[in-house]
Amino acid sequence: MADHAEQQARADGQDGGDGRRRRVLSGPARDGLVLGLAVGTSGLAFGAAAVTAGLSAVQACALSLLAYTGASQFALASAVPGGGLIAGTAGAILLGGRNALYGLRLADLLRVGGPRRLLAAHGITDESSAVALAQPAPAAARSGFRATFASLYLTWNLATVVGAIGAGRLGSPQTFGLDVVGPAAFLALIWPRLHAGRAERGVAVLGAAIALAATPVLPPGVPVILASVAALAGALAAPGPAADAVSEEGTGPEAEAGPQAGAGPGRQ
Amino acid sequence: MTGTWAAVLATAAGCYALKLAGLTAPRRVLDDRRARRFAELVPVALLAALTAVQTAGFGQSLSADPARLAGLGAAVIALLLRAPFLAVIVAAAGTAAALRALGVA
Repeated sequence: MADHAEQQARADGQDGGDGRRRRVLSGPARDGLVLGLAVGTSGLAFGAAAVTAGLSAVQACALSLLAYTGASQFALASAVPGGGLIAGTAGAILLGGRNALYGLRLADLLRVGGPRRLLAAHGITDESSAVALAQPAPAAARSGFRATFASLYLTWNLATVVGAIGAGRLGSPQTFGLDVVGPAAFLALIWPRLHAGRAERGVAVLGAAIALAATPVLPPGVPVILASVAALAGALAAPGPAADAVSEEGTGPEAEAGPQAGAGPGRQ
Repeated sequence: MTGTWAAVLATAAGCYALKLAGLTAPRRVLDDRRARRFAELVPVALLAALTAVQTAGFGQSLSADPARLAGLGAAVIALLLRAPFLAVIVAAAGTAAALRALGVA
């Protein structure tokens, strides 16, 4: 997941110049490859959760192939049993908004145009952004981005197939505790952000409170979208440093809108 | 089923459009710090809301299911121990499943 992605990318970005790593693959490529393999296995959890929620295995796979962003995928799947599909779709897309922020920061590094930009866009996730933004130079960033995209895309999709087919054969989801997979996944995704600052924790508590309070009175899915009001309150209360100050801080993924909450397609 | 497919494809299209928009848009969009902060905080609010609603929610009613709460507690412990994502999930599901199997919850 992204927290690990971020930690690893940060750590690896620091020792990216380590000569030992260059024997087989360049540092960023190797880091991306390993990270993709590690995080991609989370597709098992998504495949299982999606089928448990009522999506078909083919639909679960379509989401991993086409949406390719974990948190949004989990969010849509969780909306299926309640029947709030429109609100669920809106919430899932809203969650994908952070990928636009990554794209803004990656554009300068990747410098891709035409058809290759269309492909590169699909590869933007918490993980590929974390690896690319942790690199000291554009060439290393491109190499890290490509490697993460390739290995994570393959692993995430294969794991989704296995998880979806496996869960379909299990029988009652509650017996295996699969109804806790969704909440546990969301908690794991938000976890690193909760350590980012008091504003993050405040927004999380307020968001959860708003959603719970609204659940009995609003249609399924809508309370979750309403919770974004908490983010608005947080942004207005503590807007954070100005853009100039932030960009001077460094190239790490934590600067500006760095990869944090992830739902990579791990969580993506 | 058709509705579900529409939701799946709309989600895929929307998520891709956002990725492409970021890669294509002028970088000065990031200059407004309130807008940037809001964009950073939206996932925090939504993920917290999803965690809460899926733990305590049964359709439109709220209730505290002991197995789910214990499963989430196990996830917290796993996260505090810095366990990898999949281990967190397995701990949560395993705890809920074990409590149900034992008839405790």
